[in-house]
Amino acid sequence: MSKANAEAVGTVSAKATSGIRSKRSGMTDAKEHVMKFIFTLCGIVAVACVIMITVYMIISGAPAIGKIGIIEFLFGDTWYAKEEQFGILPLILTSIFGTCGAIVIGVPIGLMTAVFLSELAPKPLKNIVKPAVELLAAIPSVIYGLLGSMLIKPVIYALEEMIFANDPTHQFTGGANLFSAILVLAIMILPTIINISENSLSAVPPEYREASTGLGATKIQTIFKVTIPAAKSGIASGVVLGVGRAIGEAMAIMLVAGNSANMPGLFNSVKFLTTGVVAEFAYSSGLHRQALFGIGLVLFVFIMIINFILNGILKSNKKTAKSEKK
Amino acid sequence: MNKKLISIAAVAATITLGITACSTPGVESSTGGNASSATDDDSATGTLSMNGSTSMEKVIKAVNGAFEAKTGNKVSLNLTGSGTGIKEAIEGKCDIGNSSRELKEDEAAELDATVIGIDGIALVVHPNNKVEDLTMEDLAKIYAGEITNWKDVGGDDKAIVVVGREDGSGTRDGFESVVMGDKTAQYAQELESTGSVINAVGTTEGAIGYASLANVDDTVKALKIDGAEATEENIKAGTYKVQRPFICAVKKGSENQLVKDYIDFILSAEGQELVRAQGAIPVK
Repeated sequence: MSKANAEAVGTVSAKATSGIRSKRSGMTDAKEHVMKFIFTLCGIVAVACVIMITVYMIISGAPAIGKIGIIEFLFGDTWYAKEEQFGILPLILTSIFGTCGAIVIGVPIGLMTAVFLSELAPKPLKNIVKPAVELLAAIPSVIYGLLGSMLIKPVIYALEEMIFANDPTHQFTGGANLFSAILVLAIMILPTIINISENSLSAVPPEYREASTGLGATKIQTIFKVTIPAAKSGIASGVVLGVGRAIGEAMAIMLVAGNSANMPGLFNSVKFLTTGVVAEFAYSSGLHRQALFGIGLVLFVFIMIINFILNGILKSNKKTAKSEKK
Repeated sequence: MNKKLISIAAVAATITLGITACSTPGVESSTGGNASSATDDDSATGTLSMNGSTSMEKVIKAVNGAFEAKTGNKVSLNLTGSGTGIKEAIEGKCDIGNSSRELKEDEAAELDATVIGIDGIALVVHPNNKVEDLTMEDLAKIYAGEITNWKDVGGDDKAIVVVGREDGSGTRDGFESVVMGDKTAQYAQELESTGSVINAVGTTEGAIGYASLANVDDTVKALKIDGAEATEENIKAGTYKVQRPFICAVKKGSENQLVKDYIDFILSAEGQELVRAQGAIPVK
């Protein structure tokens, strides 16, 4: 149908322009329209994927939640597939705590690095640090996990043995616990936070800094009182993207988190929403598998919320930018 | 316009053909329980349907591949767990039910069980661990979190890190059904593969873990249980207790030649070699 239209339009426009460009034949016109059609099709692919994923997640996740009961599913504190107990509260809390922990550690370091890169670093040093940060973003997550289990786990294990030396009630995790997972996540979200914060810091007009130093402020005072506040919405979107990355990460933390569905505690073996799905999917069947889809749905909703927050920040960012211009 | 219509028709035709082609074996396999009685020469050809244990997946798949290649029969395999496999074998919904646990009494009354291999589960600790031997009782207590320090079972003063497999794993199911009784296991680490367990135990000094005997290497130390070392002889003799049978269960009085051929094949030297190659212990 659309092709027929395209041909019709093609001949009309060919007639209209034939006087001016006699060389342009109906063939080229048809090509134009075919390409346009292909571009549109490609554009639709992304939208179609989003719609398909949304529909699929709801179709495959909702039945389990319905069967288990939404309250029981979201607020039940026992995940034990063998006895058909599917409460994911420990998993939800672990994902939230883990992400918060990663933010608490990752944001200060990331922000300071961004400040260093954009405000303080001498050019040769910046030329080393910046590519290094970008490389950090490109490293596959499973490698973070491997390094975490080789380097971080033994250290945390030693720390755990020191702290809980005389505590028989503590279940020793061998370093595979929430703390290790938080450390790995914190390192993983660094590049996201650094890159976006650095861009928004660099975008702060130099006049701001000049005005500040002109009034007698030192460089550090300028950074904290002027530059960072001026770039705050960019930094905030970096943090939100970091949260998105942390909450969706599975492979890296599966190797360091211990994966028992306990309530989150710094030295407890914990299971994240993501790792729960990855670890158990292979051998699951029946309601267990459906429940894993249910977890997927919960995770999906989390990511959606984070995206809405991000959009909100970006919108308010544009608004303030406009009002500042006025 | 016409061209487009033709191409759509062509695509539709291809898809229809594809679907028909794909669904044909499905139709065959669903009637496989009865269809296999057609005999050519002295051995039967047709489709054999099986259902059951996920733990037996590797062994059964290896045997099925060889059986199909050798006899030209088809074997359709579902993996929905021992319980379902046994149930379907009793109900006649499949020819063979695969079970990785002993049959219960009421099940054994309906089915002929053939043990085709044994799964030995080794208990492994860090090589530096001084403990050599555990009783089944202590083992259950360790996994239930009632014993938390190695000094309570004759080792150094070191906290025990309880390592195991993820929920749904066949090895975990096997271990818990043999060892835990009515206790519930409290894991510090639930890992998603045998290799991960071996690696975690090999790098964590206080750790204990379990894995199929075939996967144990020298980065970890296998424990004796009730004084018996985890060896093939001890497992066959039954003195090493952390083990479970791999069973092919067939409805009593079944005259299905194909089923007999299959069982004969799996118990033949060739079949048993395949069982061994997949990490289980052959019975012959």
